[in-house]
Amino acid sequence: MSRFLTRLVVVLTVITGVNYIAWRWLASLNWDAWWIAVPLVIAETYSLIDVMLFGMTVWKLKIRKGAPPPPHDATVDVFITTYNEDLDMVMTTALAAQRIRHPHSTWILDDGARPELKTLAEEHGLGYVTRSEDWTSNLPRHAKAGNLNNALMQTHGEFLLILDADQIPEPDILEKTLGYFNNRRVALVQTPQYFSNVPADDPLGSQAPLFYGPIQQGKDGWNAAFFCGSNAILRREALMQLGLVGYVKETEKSIRRALAASRSAIKQARKSADMETPLVAKVLDEVEEATREAQQELDAGGALSEITYRVRRRVDAAVQTLVMADVEALQADLEEIAAMELAHVGEAGVPVVADDAVQRMSARDWSPLGALESVQAVLDALSVERNDEAQPVMPLATISVTEDMATAMRMHAMGWASVYHHEILAYGLAPEDLKTMLTQRLRWAQGTIQVFLRENPLVQRGLKLGQRLMYFATMWTYLSGYAAVVYFAAPIIYLLLGILPVTSLSWDFFIRFIPFMLVNQLLFAVAGRGIPTWRGQQYSLALFPTWIKACSTAARNVWFGRPLGFAVTPKARQSGGPSWSLIQPQITVSVLLAVAAVVGIIRLANGLAEPLGTLVNVAWVIFDLVVMSILVRAVLYKGYEPAAEAVVLINTERNPDGV
Amino acid sequence: MEFSYEVKDSYAEVKADGRLNMVSAPKLREFVTDVIAGASNRIVVNLENTAFMDSSGLGALIGCLKAARQAGGDLRIAAVQPQVKMVLQLTSMDKVLTAYGSAEEAFSDD
Repeated sequence: MSRFLTRLVVVLTVITGVNYIAWRWLASLNWDAWWIAVPLVIAETYSLIDVMLFGMTVWKLKIRKGAPPPPHDATVDVFITTYNEDLDMVMTTALAAQRIRHPHSTWILDDGARPELKTLAEEHGLGYVTRSEDWTSNLPRHAKAGNLNNALMQTHGEFLLILDADQIPEPDILEKTLGYFNNRRVALVQTPQYFSNVPADDPLGSQAPLFYGPIQQGKDGWNAAFFCGSNAILRREALMQLGLVGYVKETEKSIRRALAASRSAIKQARKSADMETPLVAKVLDEVEEATREAQQELDAGGALSEITYRVRRRVDAAVQTLVMADVEALQADLEEIAAMELAHVGEAGVPVVADDAVQRMSARDWSPLGALESVQAVLDALSVERNDEAQPVMPLATISVTEDMATAMRMHAMGWASVYHHEILAYGLAPEDLKTMLTQRLRWAQGTIQVFLRENPLVQRGLKLGQRLMYFATMWTYLSGYAAVVYFAAPIIYLLLGILPVTSLSWDFFIRFIPFMLVNQLLFAVAGRGIPTWRGQQYSLALFPTWIKACSTAARNVWFGRPLGFAVTPKARQSGGPSWSLIQPQITVSVLLAVAAVVGIIRLANGLAEPLGTLVNVAWVIFDLVVMSILVRAVLYKGYEPAAEAVVLINTERNPDGV
Repeated sequence: MEFSYEVKDSYAEVKADGRLNMVSAPKLREFVTDVIAGASNRIVVNLENTAFMDSSGLGALIGCLKAARQAGGDLRIAAVQPQVKMVLQLTSMDKVLTAYGSAEEAFSDD
């Protein structure tokens, strides 16, 4: 019944929505004010697509009845990832993890490599993992994804439970979830992220009941529930498979790129001064021949390991022969000199070039090729060792700061299945100040946009249409910042200047707009089944500067290689007085809205504006201000105060800048 | 899982008998690293009696390949069983490693 009702409201939403937006595009645009009319209709279209994707999500909402009993012999590693969190917090989580009932090994993955934590882990019989010596300082560390990838190489459980340092698990978390893996296709079981240090009114919007509820349940129905970084169980085999596929893909890409670059590198090297030496010229001929052959073999489908091996052997042999010739010439010279100055040589005899000279001089650092950097770079890239990464096999995706979503999408593309288990099985700690919260939201948004730009789900091979749209839906929501700006601008422009983006506010408008608006709200109420969604709606509009910043920084990062962190949330006190500077853009917009409303009413009183337009726009302003009002509470929020118990483990500094 | 090796004229042949999975994979890695250091940097992994391999096993082979290359040699595989062949194809690892019919063939061109 509930499912029928949801679907009915979805259908009504689509009908009323398309009816309204089609009318907006076809019959209502005020072309005289196109500069606001067109952005507004685009923003409204954006919102319609957003709600249609939401409708599609909840269309297949899946309510699971719990997992079958777990296979008793399943081996599990529990990973607790930490970087610089408070040691008490890490240990509380680790000890709770140790108490999980299903047999398992618990590991603290300490990216901070803190000796105190190592000692604590040993005292309590917990596993302790830090980066292996492969992670030298010149190689990318890939933050949490790197931490997990490193640990995967040092452990061997069949399944992995991943917990952030603050997520205290229930003892039955594995018993309740492992059974899903009886289905051999299941690679991931995600459970909700819930925070225990959040008051009922949730001023920072930390709980995400709509996401860890109808949205993930809906995605689950499309086999697209995705990994959210913590409180999830993963199948090692699926992760390793991703790592292997990624390794082959990256290796092939790097070899193709190197071969494509080889021609110009050799040409450039030929122009350089070293060409005076015939030896270098000959080696270059040999390199050119070897790369040409490699290209042919690659095109013929040869195995990468052999292609690269042959290039290396051939170039090494050439270098060696030529160096040998040089050394022999040198030896001959020495002997000649000795013959001429026989009298002076005496007992020592003819000087001899050291035996290992050829080998030494052929080695990379001494080789005549060493001087030709561009050629050497090509030869280095013609390898299967993936020397630009600490490990050739990187199971968790490293294309984004939110490794979780990218990894899940790749799993789905490989044909694996995922499960969303809707039951709180771990309790975490949410940020308790606005600054930390904003930094965290910015990161999530940046990561999502990175994935969107690097591996757009709409064009990923292997994903089903429904899965593509489910991933796309999440990415789409993060574009809301741009729509929000237009939604704030339109009433300000009308109230101040009297410019209306629609041709008229008449019966035609209301008869289309109001049903859509009402059915839209009804959809959230029905799909949400009474869960509070208002906070989430407020923040999706009110954090528009964060969303815009996320989109622009992620785009600059993906397209121009600029670091993401160059525009972090401005510094502000984490404790102490309220930090209004964090929401400066929102304050500016709110003041403009309020001023516009007053001006609009004055204009109306003086007969400069029409009553209906003013009424609609003042109502719109009031709605916008109510939405933004949450930020006032967020700034004034002083952190969680539990009713009676002592404040344990509450630490406002656990999320540092730019992590 | 049982590992053994034998030094031939131009290479060392490593045998991995049994199931090469997430538990035994790190051991293979360790074993081959020792052979590279002690016997030869040219390794043939004979998979004749490897009845089963998972992605962790393949991952260990890549690790071994890297170690052999860094030591100036190479690693090749021979005599793969149908299940292993399937895993190689599934992960597209057959684009990287050629599976030779027998250990003797593996380095015959070099």
